[in-house]
Amino acid sequence: MPDSEGRVSVRAGMKDGAPIAAASLLLGTSFGVLAEPVMGTVAPIVMSAIVFAGSAQFGALAVLAAGGGAGAAVAAGVLLNMRYLPMGISIAGSTEGGWFQRGLAAQPLIDAGWAMSHRGGGWYDVPYMWGVTAVNYPMWVGGTALGVFAGDLIGDPDRLGLDAIFPAFFLGLLVSEGNRGWRTLAAALLGAAIALVLAPVTPPGVPVMAACLAALVALLPPREEAS
Amino acid sequence: MSATWVTVIALAATTIATKAVGPVALGDRELPGPFTKVIELLAPAILAGLIVIGTFTDADGDLVIDARAAGLGAAAAVYAVSRKSLVAAVAAAAITAAAVRALA
Repeated sequence: MPDSEGRVSVRAGMKDGAPIAAASLLLGTSFGVLAEPVMGTVAPIVMSAIVFAGSAQFGALAVLAAGGGAGAAVAAGVLLNMRYLPMGISIAGSTEGGWFQRGLAAQPLIDAGWAMSHRGGGWYDVPYMWGVTAVNYPMWVGGTALGVFAGDLIGDPDRLGLDAIFPAFFLGLLVSEGNRGWRTLAAALLGAAIALVLAPVTPPGVPVMAACLAALVALLPPREEAS
Repeated sequence: MSATWVTVIALAATTIATKAVGPVALGDRELPGPFTKVIELLAPAILAGLIVIGTFTDADGDLVIDARAAGLGAAAAVYAVSRKSLVAAVAAAAITAAAVRALA
């Protein structure tokens, strides 16, 4: 349990996470609409509740919808989730307690909350990240249920432009990272380039995982820093 | 058990494991300085990767420029004048939806 300082962080994360939660509701709904014809009514909702990883869920759903087996669907989801490995490593030093507590502390890890909780110097405000997820989780699961049961009323979710929402949020998070000097810009540009080059030739998930390698520009010799 | 339920349960287990392995294995071991510097840059590298994959690739991973690029442009325009991410996201969705209709 977080101490009083941690509770302040949780509340701040919940407040800042509200816009992302609204987006999660919409995207969760679109997942429910698309998943219901393929997976039935119960499985998509259970999946959102216990997997709670948007891109992996959409990826696995795409495989199942195309007639693929469980092995291929899980493999697609695992690849799309590989970025959680370096993200988990990055917050390791910011978690507290024994190994079980630390592993548990990492479960609310989501892209937006992780990036928003970055405080510089390799430090992450983990209770803040929990707060962001605390408001996102019910919206993602509830949105999925809404999509499953109201899919006929909603129609084709792709026409609503929802797939542009998360890139827009991520761009905002990237902009707020941008004041940490030239290496940040170099890492972002190199990460984008790596992902784009690999996208046509690797399975989904690999490009974003490989984009992590761009962080190695941290090891370049120092230069006159502007900031 | 059906392929659907195998997928749901196996994906839940692997997701939990993937998130936990770093904190469980590393604990609060003192990490060397260069490692911390690399971690510092993981956020911009991954965010940039997520943005370009979510905007410029289709379901097969092929590079495309479609309505979503217009949406990202709208978000960038919002960030040029303000830091309101909700406004940027709504603008991105609206412009993308409009571009989808215009291109259809």
